[in-house]
Amino acid sequence: MYTPMPLRKINYIFQEVFRSLKRNSLLNFAAAGTTAISLFVLGIGMLLMINIDQIANTVESNVEIMVYLEDDISENEAHSMEPSFNRISGVKEVVFVSPDEGLELLEGWMGKGSDLGSLSEENPLPNAYKIKTGDPREVGAAAAEIERLPGVDNVRYEQGVVEKLFALTEWVRIIGLIVIVLLAVSAIFLIATTTRLTFYARRKEINIMKYVGATDWFVRWPFLLEGVILGFVGALLAVGVLYLSYGTLTMKLQQAITFLPLVTDSSDMLIIYGILLGLGVLLGAIGSSISVRKYLRV
Amino acid sequence: MISFFNVSKVYPNGVNALRGVSLQIETGEFVFIVGPSGAGKSTLIKLIFREELPTKGQIYIDGRSVIRMRSRDVPYLRRQIGMVFQDFRLLSDRTVFENVAFAMKVVGAGRSEITARVPEVAKLVGLEKRLDDYPTQLSGGEQQRTAIARALVNKPSIIIADEPTGNLDIDTSWGIMDCFRDINEQGTTVIIATHAKEIVDVMRQRVIAMNCGQVVRDEQRGVYANAT
Ligand SMILES: Nc1ncnc2c1ncn2[C@@H]1O[C@H](COP(=O)(O)OP(=O)(O)OP(=O)(O)O)[C@@H](O)[C@H]1O
Ligand SMILES: [Mg+2]
Repeated sequence: MYTPMPLRKINYIFQEVFRSLKRNSLLNFAAAGTTAISLFVLGIGMLLMINIDQIANTVESNVEIMVYLEDDISENEAHSMEPSFNRISGVKEVVFVSPDEGLELLEGWMGKGSDLGSLSEENPLPNAYKIKTGDPREVGAAAAEIERLPGVDNVRYEQGVVEKLFALTEWVRIIGLIVIVLLAVSAIFLIATTTRLTFYARRKEINIMKYVGATDWFVRWPFLLEGVILGFVGALLAVGVLYLSYGTLTMKLQQAITFLPLVTDSSDMLIIYGILLGLGVLLGAIGSSISVRKYLRV
Repeated sequence: MISFFNVSKVYPNGVNALRGVSLQIETGEFVFIVGPSGAGKSTLIKLIFREELPTKGQIYIDGRSVIRMRSRDVPYLRRQIGMVFQDFRLLSDRTVFENVAFAMKVVGAGRSEITARVPEVAKLVGLEKRLDDYPTQLSGGEQQRTAIARALVNKPSIIIADEPTGNLDIDTSWGIMDCFRDINEQGTTVIIATHAKEIVDVMRQRVIAMNCGQVVRDEQRGVYANAT
């Protein structure tokens, strides 16, 4: 039964918590440490996931359909075809690519030094369109439909890549979730064990408390709070290490591979760190209440 | 007033520790509970402050049933009762002052109340000069006085002691008993389970003798054992 308590009780509870934290410092260090490790791995998992997500999204959004028109279609005729592309379901972006622009694109893909220079005198490329779909999953259907339109010679897109990427990200998400759940459970277990050990170390006190007429909640509070503090301290450690190492790592990686679309947005990171801290507190509360519930039936 | 009506206690392991005990202890009485080891003295005491529940029978304290009491009211029953044990049960990492203050903090007393009350009870048990010492720095008798001070500090109406002098020599035991007598003279009910024959025989208080879970003798101004 919960009843609001006067300030001096809160004061007392904090005194007890710090007394216990100080006395069982080794044990508490171990608990906070294991929580920190769990949350650290969990954090790595989360960072990995949002980065894979971001990379996948970037790749996905880059999947485009190149539509080459028949050679005898003039630029004006080509422009008049644009509405018929737009009508196709799922199509989001339609960009006209003139033969000159097509050549530039080719140069971009193959590198400036390549032997394309001679082509610019008599450009053999047809008029073309670059088409993107709103959802990368619609690429296949849209491409098939475009191919059937009159005046379209040839349709190209990275067939299969999209599907494979989706399968991969799906798996990464599932495995990541399983790992995270396992780690959370182990963190809860460790905090429960620690609370139980603290509880064991303090059973004499608890016994005396009960003899002099302490209410159950009065006995419980310090333990719950202790679990919460341990969880929070562990999370703080994990976040600190993550913050430092992730910052360095992304900087080094982006120096090496400049186009890698890593998540460095500080608001995204803040959310992850916030989640980790919240989880630390939650895990601490769950862990300690498990053992308190089990061992406080005095 | 404490009343037992036909109280029996069978422990889960099948030991029949109490068999139909009925007795009455009036407010302000001084009572010795005596009897051989295993007679059921400690069991009787545990039933009074509801550490154990009886298998059969009824127990009332000041007209309130201890058995039918909701478990969240048990702490308030225990605040009425001060407990003293053979092994003192002090917290070794706290000073005398802190040990006694602990009992007050548990029931939510404020700092000013504590600083006023603790020296007062310490004086009552003759420990006013040892408040800053740790239990390991005290003799057995002084440790027991600390435990008594802790039991007294919340002004309970009943003091129950289970073999309070079991670990002490006879001179020290007398000091402790004088302490209980003083407390009793202030109006507190005192119940002591003990094997200290010399003391019981000299003090001539009410004696409840137990054997095999039953009350075998209950007399005012009694002695430890009747001559047989
Ligand atoms: N928690 C328990 N579980 C099972 N049996 C118990 C328990 N406590 C006591 N007993 C048994 O109940 C009987 C009475 O024990 P109790 O402790 O009341 O005796 P006592 O009169 O206090 O003895 P002593 O003088 O040695 O302290 C004994 O046979 C004891 O073994
Ligand atoms: Mg006993």
